[in-house]
Amino acid sequence: MRLPPWLLSDRAGLVLLAILAIIGVGVPVLNLLAPPDHPLHLTAYTVTLLGKYLCYALLAVAVDLVWGYMGILSLGHAAFFALGGYCFGMYLMRQIGTRGVYGDPVLPDFMVFLNWQELPWYWHGFDLFWFAAVMVLVVPGLLAFVFGWFAFRSRVSGVYLSIITQALTYALMLAFFRNEMGFGGNNGLTDFKDALGFPLQADGARIVLFVLSTLALAGGYLACRWLVSTRLGRVLVAIRDSEDRARFLGYRVEKVKALVFTFSAMLAGVAGALYVPQVGIINPGEFAPLNSIEAVIWVAVGGRGTLVGAVVGAVLINYAKTWLTGALPEVWLFALGGLFVMVTLLLPYGLIGLLRRREATA
Amino acid sequence: MSELISELDAAGMHPPVGPVDATHGILLYLEGVSVSFDGFKAIDNLSLYIGDGELRCIIGPNGAGKTTMMDIITGKTKPDAGRVFFGQTIDLLKLDEPAIARVGIGRKFQRPTVIEPLTVLENLELAMSGAKRLRGLMTTRLSGEERDRIAAVLDRIGLTEHGGRLAGILAHGQKQWLEIGMLLMQEPRLLLVDEPVAGMTPAEMDRTAELLRSLAGSHSVVVVEHDMGFVRSIADRVTVLHQGRVLAEGRLDELQEDPTVIEVYLGAGDAYH
Amino acid sequence: MPSRTPSRAGFFALAFALLALFGASPARAADDDSVRTILAQLRDADFDGKTEMIEKLVALDHPRIATILKALSDSRLYYQEEGDRVVIGLGDAADIAIEDAVSGAALGQVGKRDLDRITANNRLRSLIEDRLASLGLASADPRQRKAAVEAFLRNPDPAGAERLRARLAVETDSGIKELLWLALALADLASDDATVRAKAATALGGRMETEIRGPLARMAAEDGDPAAKEAARIALARTEFRLQMLGWAETLFFGLSLGSVLILAAIGLAVTFGVMGVINMAHGELMMLGAYTTWLTQQWLPVNWSLPVAVPLAFLVAALVGIAIERGIIRFLYGRPLETLLATFGVSLILQQAVRSIFSPLNRSVATPDWMSGTILLGPLEVTLNRLVILGFCIAVFALLWLALQRTRLGLEVRAVAQNRAMARAMGVRSARVDALTFGLGSGIAGVAGVALSQLTNVGPNLGQSYIVDSFMVVVFGGVGNLWGTMVAGLSLGVANKLLEPWSGAVLAKILVLVFLILFIQKRPRGLFPQRGRAAEV
Repeated sequence: MRLPPWLLSDRAGLVLLAILAIIGVGVPVLNLLAPPDHPLHLTAYTVTLLGKYLCYALLAVAVDLVWGYMGILSLGHAAFFALGGYCFGMYLMRQIGTRGVYGDPVLPDFMVFLNWQELPWYWHGFDLFWFAAVMVLVVPGLLAFVFGWFAFRSRVSGVYLSIITQALTYALMLAFFRNEMGFGGNNGLTDFKDALGFPLQADGARIVLFVLSTLALAGGYLACRWLVSTRLGRVLVAIRDSEDRARFLGYRVEKVKALVFTFSAMLAGVAGALYVPQVGIINPGEFAPLNSIEAVIWVAVGGRGTLVGAVVGAVLINYAKTWLTGALPEVWLFALGGLFVMVTLLLPYGLIGLLRRREATA
Repeated sequence: MSELISELDAAGMHPPVGPVDATHGILLYLEGVSVSFDGFKAIDNLSLYIGDGELRCIIGPNGAGKTTMMDIITGKTKPDAGRVFFGQTIDLLKLDEPAIARVGIGRKFQRPTVIEPLTVLENLELAMSGAKRLRGLMTTRLSGEERDRIAAVLDRIGLTEHGGRLAGILAHGQKQWLEIGMLLMQEPRLLLVDEPVAGMTPAEMDRTAELLRSLAGSHSVVVVEHDMGFVRSIADRVTVLHQGRVLAEGRLDELQEDPTVIEVYLGAGDAYH
Repeated sequence: MPSRTPSRAGFFALAFALLALFGASPARAADDDSVRTILAQLRDADFDGKTEMIEKLVALDHPRIATILKALSDSRLYYQEEGDRVVIGLGDAADIAIEDAVSGAALGQVGKRDLDRITANNRLRSLIEDRLASLGLASADPRQRKAAVEAFLRNPDPAGAERLRARLAVETDSGIKELLWLALALADLASDDATVRAKAATALGGRMETEIRGPLARMAAEDGDPAAKEAARIALARTEFRLQMLGWAETLFFGLSLGSVLILAAIGLAVTFGVMGVINMAHGELMMLGAYTTWLTQQWLPVNWSLPVAVPLAFLVAALVGIAIERGIIRFLYGRPLETLLATFGVSLILQQAVRSIFSPLNRSVATPDWMSGTILLGPLEVTLNRLVILGFCIAVFALLWLALQRTRLGLEVRAVAQNRAMARAMGVRSARVDALTFGLGSGIAGVAGVALSQLTNVGPNLGQSYIVDSFMVVVFGGVGNLWGTMVAGLSLGVANKLLEPWSGAVLAKILVLVFLILFIQKRPRGLFPQRGRAAEV
């Protein structure tokens, strides 16, 4: 098989794909085949943790596509992530069936608790896997399209756009906190049992989810890499660096922006959908503005406009977060805050930029 | 029609036939156009006609409304009153910027605006007309024809050897030429060129003058420029704008004798910028 | 309305019935015997009967009535079998001195065992209290007279109406006059004469006291006379209208109050973001610092003095931190708004965690000074004093900032740099210094806003976060770089929020306002009052 030129010239991307292939195979092997006392054995916990990082990495790729290439600093991408998560969470809730505390065959526990008599209309269909899977793409995509179409058509850009994306996720967070919304309020959706008949707690399911996350990240990366290698990719850069130039060249900037923003939101939705079964819960906290901004800093640390950097940043920072919040919880926010400042001041092109400069000077 | 067309024809391309109807010999009509910002009249009942294939220079002191006029023609600013037509039939006030670009009006900004992280080739590819539809954008390859067109324009703007370089590392003058090249890739009927020689060396200026002159005839070209020497070297007709309206119009040497022009413009000490 | 207070309405019904029974007969001086007769009945009556007897006693114009009722209320009224008379006991020992209830003649010492106490319950006691108060109508002390009328209003007295009418003729105090008039109109509502009732109803229309709305509502529902019924209905409609207006006024006040908080939170941003174009995500944390400064001040100073000290102190603390942020970070990022956003967001995280580490993650309670607690009447509107003070404070801060920008040298330089940095520099403005001071000014105002916030919400590490989205929306809604826009935007968003709240609930109202703002910004990206021209191209 010959690789197409756009991929062949992307050395960092090839390295990333190779690593993904290795862990996609290696992690399951080390989990399933290495005996538990073997030093290389990976616990189910570690597998899930890694799977979580991969989901974050996919979110970061989605953020990088719009920020790094199109110059749209979205402070609301966690909203798309969470919406994807909720869509899949709704499927998982419907799978619980009579095994819930109240044993209602149709209504999830929290609805029984609220004395609801029947399923709200928007919960219908989510008992079907294919429907939920489609919704994982459609719901974040639709929101992003409608929001983007209006915003970009009125030429809201720069910090204004950032602020209203933040307001969007904030409003969604407030909305999902309400019990009346029918998404479990504060507690969100949890206590999942199984998906497609496989119990989620089983090691096998965790491995499958991990492998799916690897594939999704690889696929998402490839799609984005291809996109930015096409002429459309150059239009994106033109829009980022000189929106007027792109417009006077005859490009419908708002359409391009809305389309790519929608695509990015769908990627985020997929990441959220894979994330939820692995962590076992989705609640309105996922909409918190801080989450969106954290995703942006992953990209900034890794190096924006590189795609690979987004993955590197997401994994590194989340690893640091896991480690620091365990070992020195007080330090985590200092570290994260310091990172924001340091990266913007000293490392505008991120780690990947640093590597490239090394290469260039060497 | 001259050089460029034949070149493009040789490359198997045709200039945009389009719906532009310049049968009366006039390509661009501005009639009674006014616009004001917070009470300040930037353009005041301005009327201007650009002939088909004409090379027109527009001069005027700072704040005379030159850039605002370009904004109106290209759809960036909507006037409060007046009519702007492209040819006999196309009402530019009903179109937005991309649509105006697509009917055949290209604009070069005052500050050279090329996409710096892209190569010279990629910049030209970006500007290529016919690639504006989504389907046309979803490709990573150039067809043979497209390659030829780009090569022709590269040759014309004298950047053939720099095709693979990043636009960001070009010299200032080269960026200006690249931007003009991008305009050519759009295959426009009308080029609006804002201060093409600002910051250029005399040699670069000469080349630019040559380039613009070669474009006239097959295109209409409107050049806004401060540099009188440059204006003299290219223009047959010159329009003087002052306080948002046309103060005088004619050959440059005539205008330089005109007492009103001398008073508001040349006398203002702003002539040689 | 009547359904809400059925017991009270019932009591009124009884009282009015009695009023109707006795009110018509003119009061006259009674002789001792009629008092004795009633007292004899009082002894044997049950509590309902006693109520009736008390009203009869009050209706008798006898000088001893007050003493007797007081004794009954204090459980000092006895029946002495030997002598078959009612007496009043003086003291509480086993042997007490007694006097005749009616004549007041001393009857020597008797053993308590020989006396039969005439009992009273709490309902009777409160009735007696009101009746005694209404007997104070003739007092020279206006407060006692007022209390007498109020007692009547609470618990109308059959005989009282005539006394009130007499008093109204000679009363000079306008407040009491008004009250008397009200009481009489209320009594007239129970008149047998339908015209009198209708007239009284019309006169009472628009009064918002529940004591009046109850009888009016009943009349509008039940009155046999159609004209009177209609009069009551119209009167009630007027009352409802006024109540509604009052409700609107209340909503308006709460809206303005919320608006003043929004303005305080946003006005500093209007300087840093609006004038300088710097997007400072740590703005909320600067407010938080102001709130913590208030808390610290209260650790050293008495609460009543703490706020006047805290305001300048908070300004200073926040301004210094702000200048440090500007000099240390932001100045390297001018012209790169998105990077500025990220870096200052990092600063906000650091400040939050710093406060958490230094002061603990728990909320600190900041005390409210006496002069800011309680409520105050603005016409018929009862408003909390602290909200009123903060509203005034907001206006003061706004005015000061306005003056600072319009009238001082720094303000001039700030505006000059904002409009054309290069030109300002050419004119000799040291733009770096101006940047630092402007940012300090905006930050200082955030600190001052924090002082105000400490009086309304919990002071904790998350204080700033809850305001940052709101305050950006206010600035953008009003039009960046326009202080008046910020003011109008803050007030209108505050009022809009409170108008929506009763209909949709607090959270949904907030969401709706946010959604509205998102849509609005898409329609008018430059806000309500946009700046035009080249300077606006940020």
